[in-house]
Amino acid sequence: MSHQPIRFYQTGTFTVGNRLLPAEERSVQAKARRTNSLNSGHRACQGCGEALGARYAIDAAMDATDCQLIAANATGCLEVFSTPYPETSWQIPWIHSLFGNAAAVATGIAAAMRVKGRSDVRVVAQGGDGGTTDIGFGCLSGMFERNDDVLYICYDNEAYMNTGVQRSSATPPAARTNTTLPVGEALGNRFGQGKNVPAIAMAHEIPYVATATVAELHDLEAKVRRAMQFRGARYIHILVPCPLGWGHGSAETIRMARLARETGLFPVFEAEHGEVTSVSKIRRQLPVQEYLRPQTRFAHLFRPPGHPEVIARLQQLADRNIRRFGLLDGTEAAP
Amino acid sequence: MLKQIEGSAAVAEAVSLCRPQVICAYPISPQTHIVEGLGKLVSAGQLAPCEFINVESEFAAMSVAIGASAAGARAYTATASQGLLFMAEAVFNAAGLGLPIVMTVANRSIGAPINIWNDHTDALSQRDCGWIQLFAEDNQEALDLHIQAFRLAEELSLPVMVCMDGFILTHAYERVDMPTQEQVDAYLPPYEPRQVLDPAAPVSIGAMVGPEAFMEVRFLAHAKQRQALELIPAWASEFKRIFGRASGGLTHGYHLDDAETVVVALGSVLGTIKDTVDEMRERGAKIGVLGITCFRPWPGAAVREALDGAKRVIVLEKSLAVGLGGIVSNNVSAAYHGAPDDVYTVIAGLGGRAITRASLARAFEAAIAGQLEPVTFLDLDHSLVDRVMAREREHRRSGPIAEGILRDLGVVASRIG
Repeated sequence: MSHQPIRFYQTGTFTVGNRLLPAEERSVQAKARRTNSLNSGHRACQGCGEALGARYAIDAAMDATDCQLIAANATGCLEVFSTPYPETSWQIPWIHSLFGNAAAVATGIAAAMRVKGRSDVRVVAQGGDGGTTDIGFGCLSGMFERNDDVLYICYDNEAYMNTGVQRSSATPPAARTNTTLPVGEALGNRFGQGKNVPAIAMAHEIPYVATATVAELHDLEAKVRRAMQFRGARYIHILVPCPLGWGHGSAETIRMARLARETGLFPVFEAEHGEVTSVSKIRRQLPVQEYLRPQTRFAHLFRPPGHPEVIARLQQLADRNIRRFGLLDGTEAAP
Repeated sequence: MLKQIEGSAAVAEAVSLCRPQVICAYPISPQTHIVEGLGKLVSAGQLAPCEFINVESEFAAMSVAIGASAAGARAYTATASQGLLFMAEAVFNAAGLGLPIVMTVANRSIGAPINIWNDHTDALSQRDCGWIQLFAEDNQEALDLHIQAFRLAEELSLPVMVCMDGFILTHAYERVDMPTQEQVDAYLPPYEPRQVLDPAAPVSIGAMVGPEAFMEVRFLAHAKQRQALELIPAWASEFKRIFGRASGGLTHGYHLDDAETVVVALGSVLGTIKDTVDEMRERGAKIGVLGITCFRPWPGAAVREALDGAKRVIVLEKSLAVGLGGIVSNNVSAAYHGAPDDVYTVIAGLGGRAITRASLARAFEAAIAGQLEPVTFLDLDHSLVDRVMAREREHRRSGPIAEGILRDLGVVASRIG
């Protein structure tokens, strides 16, 4: 069940008034006993969406498991900025092995817990979009197929940011990365078939799949909590804007995540055993330009003479999501 | 208890006696019978508590073992050939993290051309990955080395690879003395990890280390392996005390006392070499054999001592450092007192080519007569090679080498000797 709608106490903004909610409805992040699983002092960039997403997600998982949690981490920004020797920001048992094997390492940890009779200890694996949708995809699919008792969290910032912003299979069409430069006739990343990993996870019919963004903290925490109510393979795909790679202000991270959802470019939903069970409706639909324009990775689309045909294709992608998931109020998912 | 069983079955039973807690399996010939045997034991409940996980690749097999070992479980897997290469990144990683995983490598060649038969290219390609590498001469030793491997791995917090020749050992039915559970329990205490993922005492494993300390981390890995050179003979003695037979150790000597010529080799070919040496000694040749059981860490001092007094050394190896010659011989040369010219490299048995006593005797006698090439390919069909080279000179599009060779041979896979 998605955590929608949320009451808004400050009219005209989308800010959730945590202080005004009853204690039991407040976010884990607002609790005095939050675990600070990813502690302050790490080296993430200012405005890092991944740090925010990981902090929310792992604290929520700690809250849901009574602090009996072990994490396996793929190589990437999250790993690098959190554990420069001899420091670590992790307040939980945490292992980093390789770029492409976080799901399999987590499978091993879960197997060890089972063999030791520690069913109370739960396992999360986490990685960026590169470590999830590209190099770690085989291990991820294997973990899903076996239905291993692991929650895999993908923090999707839509490119290889740790290595300096190169294209991944999660990079949207038309986006500029350092391997999809808009030079000559090229207009950024080409329009391919896309790689919808939440849908691929659903095709495995695993117990639970959800998408979320760092713009909706309550929703994200509720999904982590829900995921922890299942045994078996679970997958949460969190959109985490990256000021460096997307080229937006570091204070704009949450707004970017919200715009991705409000335009329909990033559908936020939940699925159980391969069936969609809830979607987060778009509160106030916006054209994709509103999302694209503030990001320098799409700046080439707006420079004179402009590329309305490319923007129109991106709008079609958003419209398809809106239709497919029934993202507008009063609409149902397309059959 | 004496049993007449297949090598793979013997290893599977020995591993089960070591009470592994997580076994990850991905099939590749000739390793399959080992994991099949273990899977059967787990399914039958004879190995509880143990998780048997059918993974989707060798890379995942080693990764699952890494996770299980880091979480405090005794972890085991087995592979061969392309599988070892496919998991190579995780193989290095397991060593770097200091996780005491034990893995059987059923030694097999590496393609292309694809070939399922035995040589040592797979294991030796990983010689610098930080794992301890033990090579079994026969199935009894393969069985015994696995028991020693768990002890060694867990004591040092280092992974151990037990190498046994694919098909030649894995699929051979031999008599083995299977130890009892009590004996193995007396030798191998329960796994007590040095580092463990535990919510009660959180640690970060696998953090990034920069230039300020990376050298030290690597040195520690080296120092631990050097430490293993002391521990391996000690535990082989302990093994003998409990199990009543000598097995393992760094090297095995055979007729070394008066040997002017010493043949150095790894694995099952030592049996054929010893038979050849027996025959040559009957004819008066002063020749002996040095079997290398422990290839990593490299037992340089033991090799040097064993070769002391030898006038010439013949390294017979089932591997090839392409563009150089021998891998094992390169290691042996560094340990040998004598002149580098007195070390002969004989590359033999690649891709399962049979190594016969007649061929060995010819090569050894040629070396004694000073007529052996420094790097010799045993039983190489020179005319076949010449034809390929001629074709390449004549035609730009000379075609796939393997296909051309098979056409020249006129038969396919009917002759391995």
